[in-house]
Order: sequence, then C-alpha cells, then structure tokens
Amino acid sequence: MAQAAIELIGINKSFGAVRANRDINLEIARGTIHGIVGENGAGKSTLMSILYGFYQADSGEIRVGGQPASIKTPNDAIALGIGMVHQHFMLVDNFTVLENIILGAESDALLKRSITKARSELERLEREYGLEVDPDAIIEELPVGLQQRVEILKALYRGAEILILDEPTGVLTPAEADHLFRILKQLKEQGKTVVLITHKLREIMAITDTVSVMRQGTMVATRETKKTTVEELAELMVGRRVLLRVEKGEAEAGAVKLAVKNLTVKDSRGVTMVDDISFDLRAGEIVGIAGVAGNGQSELLEAISGIRHAVSGSVMLDGKPIDLTGKADPGELRDRGLAHVPEDRHHVGLVLAFEENENSILGYHDDPRYLKGPFLNVDAIMADAKDKIEKYDIRPSNPRLKTANFSGGNQQKIVLAREMEQDPGVLIVGQPTRGVDVGAIEFIHKRLIAMRDQGKAVLVVSVELDEIRSLSDRILVMFAGRIVGERGPEATEGELGLLMAGVEQEAAA
Amino acid sequence: MDVFIAIVQILDSTIRLSVPLLLACLAGLFSERSGIFDIGLEGKMLVGAFAGAAAASVFHSAFIGLGMAILISVAFAMVHGFASITHRGNQIVSGVAINFIAAGSTIILGQAWFSQGGRTPALQPGERFDAIVWPGAEAVRDVPIIGPIYAELISGHSLLVYLAFLMVPFTWWVLFRTRFGLRLRAVGENPAAVDTAGISVAWLRYRALICTGILTGVAGAYLSMVQNGGFVKDMTAGKGYIALAALIFAKWKPVNAMFACLLFGFLDAAAIRLQGSPLPIIGKVPVQFMQALPYILTVILLAGFIGKAIPPRAGGVPYVKER
Ligand SMILES: Nc1ncnc2c1ncn2[C@@H]1O[C@H](COP(=O)(O)OP(=O)(O)O)[C@@H](O)[C@H]1O
Ligand SMILES: [Mg+2]
Repeated sequence: MAQAAIELIGINKSFGAVRANRDINLEIARGTIHGIVGENGAGKSTLMSILYGFYQADSGEIRVGGQPASIKTPNDAIALGIGMVHQHFMLVDNFTVLENIILGAESDALLKRSITKARSELERLEREYGLEVDPDAIIEELPVGLQQRVEILKALYRGAEILILDEPTGVLTPAEADHLFRILKQLKEQGKTVVLITHKLREIMAITDTVSVMRQGTMVATRETKKTTVEELAELMVGRRVLLRVEKGEAEAGAVKLAVKNLTVKDSRGVTMVDDISFDLRAGEIVGIAGVAGNGQSELLEAISGIRHAVSGSVMLDGKPIDLTGKADPGELRDRGLAHVPEDRHHVGLVLAFEENENSILGYHDDPRYLKGPFLNVDAIMADAKDKIEKYDIRPSNPRLKTANFSGGNQQKIVLAREMEQDPGVLIVGQPTRGVDVGAIEFIHKRLIAMRDQGKAVLVVSVELDEIRSLSDRILVMFAGRIVGERGPEATEGELGLLMAGVEQEAAA
Repeated sequence: MDVFIAIVQILDSTIRLSVPLLLACLAGLFSERSGIFDIGLEGKMLVGAFAGAAAASVFHSAFIGLGMAILISVAFAMVHGFASITHRGNQIVSGVAINFIAAGSTIILGQAWFSQGGRTPALQPGERFDAIVWPGAEAVRDVPIIGPIYAELISGHSLLVYLAFLMVPFTWWVLFRTRFGLRLRAVGENPAAVDTAGISVAWLRYRALICTGILTGVAGAYLSMVQNGGFVKDMTAGKGYIALAALIFAKWKPVNAMFACLLFGFLDAAAIRLQGSPLPIIGKVPVQFMQALPYILTVILLAGFIGKAIPPRAGGVPYVKER
C-alpha cells in the first residue's frame, strides 16, 4: 500500500450528550479515492470537520504525510494541504466567484492586486481540470452544480493535496455527478488524495479505491472497494440486512383517481416547463415520473397540487376539476383526499423552528381531532405525534424536539407520516428519499407500496432511477417538459436513461 | 437674494447637524456589515461626548479630549463585543444595556466630578475644535452666489466636520477595496464561510467593533466639543437611533449613508428654521411633526420607494459552531 496521506488515531468528539465520533481510527493512502459511507448522523461530517480543523477533537491524534499534525483551525489544515468541500456550501452568496475564491487567501492587503493574481491562477486551474466557471458571476445566480465547482476551485487555489468532499452529489443531477466524478478521477491521476463522503453506495462502487463504513459514531469497517459489494456495505452501515429492492406484488389498478389533460405550465420567465402533458393515475397503482432534474417535474407536481398556475389544461380529482390558477386552497384539496409531500421539505413541507408534534399536524390543524373548542388539543396532538413516531420509526423519538434538530431522513419521515396517516385517496410524493439513508429508504418504499396495496393512487417523482424502477408499476419519462415515453417496471436502466436524455424518442416506442 | 441667503444658511446648518448622524451611521455600518447589530450607537456617542468634554476641560486640550472620547467609546464597543461575540449574547439586549449604562453613568460621574448638575464645565478656546476659516473666505464673501457658498458652506467648519465627510470615501475604500473590507463584508453574510477559509470570525468582528467605537467616539466629541461647548446630559437625544434609520435607508452603503444623513440633517435644520413661522397653505407645522419626520420618511420610503433593504444576512445572529 502506498504511503498514508492521512492517519486519524483514536479520535473522540462529543457535542453535549451526543458522541459524534468514538475512538475512530482511519488511514487513507496517498493518491487514492477513499469513500466514507454511513447513515445520516453516523458522524462522517464531524470526523472530516475535525480533520479540517473546523471542530476540535476531544482526544486523538492526526498525522498528515506521516508527521504528527496539530490542526487547531482550518488555517492549519489549509497550510497542510487539506481542502474541504462542505455539505452545506461555505460561500458568500452575494460575492462573485473570484471574491469567494480569494477570501482568506488574499495575496495582498489591497483587493485589486489579489484579484488580478487570482484571475490568472484561476484560468490555469480551469484549464487544467476542466472546471469552467465565470469568475465574475455572483454566487447566488449560479446553479448548485457550479457553486460546488467554486468550492472545489477554492480548495485547489489554496493548494490542496488532500481534498475532502462531504456528500457532494446530494445536490447534483446524475449528469453533473458524472462530471464531478471525472474531475475527481483526474485529481487522483495527478497524485492528489480524495476523500468522498456519501451515502449512495453505487457512487462508492463506481469511483472509490477503498471505503470505510461508519455507524453511530464508530468506524465499523474499511474495505477495498473491489473486494466488497453493495449488499455488504449496506449491511455494515445499517447493522442489519437491508433489501435494496423492495418486494411487491402485481398492481391491481382500479378506477381513475387523477386525470391530467393537456396540462401546460410556464415558469415566471415565461418559459414552458410542462408542455401539454396528459396521463391518468388509477387507484391501486404507483406511477413514477423519471427524468433528469429540471425537465419540468417540479412544475408538474406543483401544478397538480394546486400551488402553481397552469396556463392551460385540466386536472380532475375523482372526476372533479382542481383549481389551476395557482390559488387553490390546499386545505380544500386535502379535504378532497389529495396529499402532497413536496420536494423541498425544508421550505415547503416543514417549519423547522416548530416542535416535531406541531409539524406532524401542520395543515391538518383544523381537524376536529386536534381541537378543543377554539384551542389546540395538546394531549390529542401529542398522542398522535407519539403514534406516528412509533409507526414511522422517527428518531429521536421525542415529539417536543425542535424539527431542525432531526436529521434529513427523519424530517422526511415526519412529512411522510403526516401526509400518509391522513389516509388520502391520492398521494403525490416529490423525491421521497432525497437525503435519506439506506435504512429509511427501505422503510419509506415499503410504506408507499403498502399504500398502493390499500388501493390508494400514488404518484412519485424522483431523479433516482433506482427508486423509480423499484417502486413504479408504470414509469413515465419526462424530457424538456414532455412525457417522452411510458414503460413498465421491467424497463432497463439503459433504456430509461436514453429516454431521459431525450434521445431516441420514437425508435424505442 | 434673501431667499438665497436663507437657503445657504439652512444648508450650512444641514451640514453641521448631519455630521454626528453621519459619523454614527458609518460606525453602525462597520458593525452591522460584520454581522453585529448595534443599537448602542446612542450610548457610545454619549459616553464619547462626556469623556471628550471632561478630558478637554481637565487637560485643556481638544485633542486629548478627542482621544479620550475615542478611547472610552471603543471600550464600550468592546463590552458589546464581549457580550455578543465572545459570549454570543443577544445583541439587542446588550446594545440597550449599553445605552442605559451610558445615560446613567455620564450623569453620575459628571455630577461627582464637576458638580454642575451633570454638565461639564464650559469649554474654553483651545479646549474645543474651532472653525477653520479657509483662505480667502472673507475676501469672496460678497461675491454673489459663489461667495456665500464658499464662505458659509465650504469654509468655516471645524476639523471634525471635514473628517466626517472624508470618512465617507474612506469607508467605501476600506469596505470595497481592501482585504479587511472583503472579509468584513463576508463575515456579515456568512461567518461559516469566513471560518472555513481560515479566518478568525471573532477577531474580525472585534476589529469591526473597534472601527465602530472610534467613529462613535468622534461623533460624541463633535456633539460636546464642537456643536456645544461642553457636555449636557442626554445630549445625543436619539441621534444614534436616527443614524440606524439612516443606515437602513442607505442599504448599508457608505455613499448612500451620506445622502441619507444629509437628508435627515436637512429636515432637522428646516425644522429649527421653520419653528413657529407658518408656512403658506399648510399653516403652522408642529415641531414634533418635523422631529418625527426622519422616522416617518424611513418607513414610507422603505415601504415603497427605494426597494427592499436587505440587511447583511448573518446580522444579529451569534456565530455558534457547536449547538
Ligand atoms: N455542530 C453540532 N452541534 C451539535 N451536534 C452536532 C453538530 N454537528 C453534528 N452534530 C451531531 O453529531 C452527530 C453526527 O453528525 P454528522 O457528523 O453531521 O453526521 P453525518 O455527516 O454522518 O450525517 C449527529 O447526531 C448530529 O446531530
Ligand atoms: Mg454529514
């Protein structure tokens, strides 16, 4: 094995009562891509933030290139050639790309000289790694994929030899992720060491040389990627066997619950996002909408759930039209049996500053079950929240905890529990498992299939092809605002991939 | 011609009245741009005014007075920093506390030291900053138009007035042309980005507050050593708050800040000038209305005319890494 770029020895870190890292040992060889997998909350980000000097370990030793290193601040780490792309980007949104890149690494007390110098250096880096980005663009006007690129450039600009990426693909489309991986491979070829944190096992298999698995703050195993399997890694992560593909019987599709006809939606700039789409959703079936993010799925979902204006077309729920002016009363749609789990649960689905129990009835708070005269019936709400927590295995199991303190996967379960437990006739789910870990994915998929088997109509939109294929009874593929094909669950990934890319629309049909 | 002279005179007092606002506003700009809300501008100006006048009259030197004003005001800024940066306390509470301490302590100390009912002794020439008469000002005074403008508006102000207006381009330059300014703006938007870039968030914010303290110190010194020949209790009279309104109005930009403060200074000057004298059509305008005008204007203009004023995004939120 090559020389170790990084050695972590006996690292411990607690946040209050939470032991985020316990006695972690890890060795990462120089010039390799090393993956770290683990469920949400396993302590991956904490461990890497310690290596980057963002947090201080309670105890333990760090060696860089064989030498004991004292990393007390990110500055120390940067000086040792360590760079990190954080899970939540560390960018100043209203600064330009260049300003962000030089921040903290200015060559001069006057900006102008620093910027001039950085501009030429940036050009060199862009050429070398194929990391093009407009140096004068404002960060908040860039798509996330490019923002991430800026983060990578920031690290390279500081001369990083060891690059840590914390869940870099969570925000990327498959195509962007592929591009990122090509860049990482190129960095590796140039002798740099890459640490990749993710909980997507396919990515680990595709790109890493070695992989370490974390579970509840401990390091449970390190494997050579070639000598392990997705199944083994999943089991190590969760601590039990997981089904990567949920078993399900044949669908027994019944009456049409939701009929979409010639629906056309434009975005705020007047660009047609959904272009004359028609389909039916029947009771007892799951219809999956596949597609690369940004091909109109979000707009379609929003229009159907009454929160976005549609320019033409109709949507019938149980034979009665839904108001498509974008001013539909979501409460009324709920009463009519339409439940919606939005894609962006942070902004649309939850009030993060509320307690869990409050979020678990949000939107249904007018239901007489939760009321005592004009007041909320706290006892009933608590009992109801506890019930959902148990049923959906929401952790930590404390309904009084602030929702912001739950992990992404558990927040998703809070929204799902709320919407599914209302026993809706039609359930619309956007990105059911985005940011959710393997154990919870399995659970969520099982619940969705259970709903189907109870005769509910379920519409799932997801950018994860695996998810679409494993859940759906029928798959609709969206490209550039249109449905370009319908397939059964037996469709191959390649076939769907071609449709998603907009190639070969007719030939395959 | 009478009208012209009247206008020049109003503009002249506009300049004089807007100086403390401008200095306080720029002071607030440094701290708020770094993400620390500072409602204690008022208190820091007040202690600055007191320390300046007290030291000037004891040591018989305007410059020692100014130095003392700055020193004490910076000390109060550091208290705010200690509470809100080091201890991550509530910035509004800390600022209000500073205002109370300033109001109370200046009266108590003033009475204990000088026994003049909370005043400091009247400053003598040399203990205050006198007007600087520009070369030729007297000679051109009678030249029409240009004369009064040069003699009244440009010439004949104290050193601190010129300093205040020079601070505008200087602040702009620091903020947008230097490394310190880049970091300062960054820490007010996203302290985590600054932290992970290897810069100490706390030290950066302390430095911003030092700038704030210096400027509020000068503002205070101006009140007690230029505008008034000595300290009078509560002499800031809400200027710290008007400066905050001006800061929002100016969308946290130095040049805008100057215009906002000039506007508020003008309203003040007009209010004084119009006191008691009836206007055509409207009749007599109550003084209270004129005094409330800056606030009313801020609300109205913010509500519709100047667009959204977006404060620095991390403003008011203590930087906490570990929950
Ligand atoms: N800044 C923090 N303050 C308090 N607790 C934290 C902080 N960061 C992480 N934690 C807790 O530490 C544990 C590990 O979190 P993290 O390292 O983010 O996990 P991962 O990256 O594997 O999802 C979680 O229980 C999380 O709630
Ligand atoms: Mg993480």
